[in-house]
Amino acid sequence: MKILVGIKRVIDFNVRVRVKPDGSGVDLDGAKMSINPFDEIALEEALRLREAGKASEVIVISIGPNACQQQLRTGLAMGADRAIQVDTEEKLQPLAAARVFLALVEKEQPGLVIVGKQAIDDDNSQTGQMLAALWNRPQATFASEVVLEDQVARVTREVDAGLETIEIDLPAVITTDLRLNEPRFVKLPDIMKAKRKPLEVIPLADLAITNDNKLTIDHYAPPASREKGIMVDSAEALVAELKNRGLL
Amino acid sequence: MNKILIISEHNGSELSNSTAKCVSCAIETGGSVHILVLAADAADIAAQAAALNGVDEVISINHPNYSHAMAATLAPEIAAVGADYSHVYGPSSTYGRDLMPRVAALLGVNQVADIMTVKGSRSFQRPVYAGNAIIDVSVAEEMTVVATIRLASWAAASGGNNATISSRETTAEMPTHSRFIDLKTEGGDLPDLQSAKRVISGGRGLGSEENFKIIYALASKLGAGVGASRAAVDAGYVPNDMQVGQTGKIISPDLYMAFGISGAIQHITGIKDAGTIVAINKDAEAPIFEVADIGLVGDLFTVIPEIEAAI
Repeated sequence: MKILVGIKRVIDFNVRVRVKPDGSGVDLDGAKMSINPFDEIALEEALRLREAGKASEVIVISIGPNACQQQLRTGLAMGADRAIQVDTEEKLQPLAAARVFLALVEKEQPGLVIVGKQAIDDDNSQTGQMLAALWNRPQATFASEVVLEDQVARVTREVDAGLETIEIDLPAVITTDLRLNEPRFVKLPDIMKAKRKPLEVIPLADLAITNDNKLTIDHYAPPASREKGIMVDSAEALVAELKNRGLL
Repeated sequence: MNKILIISEHNGSELSNSTAKCVSCAIETGGSVHILVLAADAADIAAQAAALNGVDEVISINHPNYSHAMAATLAPEIAAVGADYSHVYGPSSTYGRDLMPRVAALLGVNQVADIMTVKGSRSFQRPVYAGNAIIDVSVAEEMTVVATIRLASWAAASGGNNATISSRETTAEMPTHSRFIDLKTEGGDLPDLQSAKRVISGGRGLGSEENFKIIYALASKLGAGVGASRAAVDAGYVPNDMQVGQTGKIISPDLYMAFGISGAIQHITGIKDAGTIVAINKDAEAPIFEVADIGLVGDLFTVIPEIEAAI
């Protein structure tokens, strides 16, 4: 069974994001870029399934310009068997990204597609669910545990009320939450080895997907800042202040 | 004129507060407001939905397969009903975030995630980059607006209404490939984090699961919900469903008190809509003090008993 894993190139989660003064976007100049952390967890899960003998091949996919080959190489160094870059300068919105994945699903016929529950740049949390809808297959979002049996996955999901377990028939889409696993560190010899692994570049146009019904995003602004607070010097003063404000 | 369909969230018998928040966003958007209730036994929930002010009609559909909210089961029916509407809204809870993109894809549109502000009937503001930037998003006339509503940004619509309730049968085909097994809740008797007016949270500064008891004790004295930072969850002091932050719950209580929480960006993202943020930390340099309305530098193990004595 093949597993497709989507990995998105995003600003590293440790970088403090700043909005450009002209409101055209956020400042990415020289910023460290990484694999979206949720996608890294998706890849780790796929690798563990392969290592447990439940999958035969792990393919990492990224949609974007040549720069995202850097993240694909990292994915190969982590242990993916091969990589596909869907080459485009356009930042695809989730529906188009899901259509790209569907085209690759039709070509590769995987048993599972695993992606992060959301990308930490646009925080959309849509692509996995949309792929499942277009593919007419099950989805298990926000996964914190995945148990694979013959043609069935039992997935525990992190929902507001607690932990929900569902059973889904394969093929299916799983989106990963933070507690599913801890991704491995890449070792130097693996980076060398990854250079020899296949990385296929497919121009977006070759997949002939429909790229319509886009949302218009026209302005970025920094969030409203809170007013400067006060410091108190004792628990009594704190309680007095809270009572004064009608909060206790 | 806009026709707005709100997808209700419920636990099988009670309507979630999140639906009332969606109603507020729909009223702000403008147009007629309908609520769709899909349940195994929808009658009680539909009555609760019909009581929300601003709602014009409630549509209820009963089906045994709706006894557990599974996106793959619900989405085809919602897309079928939603095709007659200009807007389809759901809450940005895990329920809505699971379900609404699936609905959007079936309707062939991108979804607007986490509406904070309505600027026009087809233009909105939403957070990106963990709330470090706010973008303006607009949806073209020919597209259905499918959106989730950021719960921390909206107050619940009030009750007292008596909207019309109509019942329908399911029309869409239901898949059999997804099955509910069970749901484990870990919270106990404490008020729900999302709806609590006061929340007391503890961080790594608590030091152990045992020490967290003083947080529970203070919370029960104040009738508050209990939350925790990701660091406290990762250290195993508390279960994950208590986690507050970008990767946990985003909350907006009137009063938020953080004990022994340093204030990582991802935690701040979860609390910045709180009315008043109080921070108690022994490190005067902790970043939590930058967002706190009231700060106190001190050891939480001495401060908490002093607070209890002073209340």
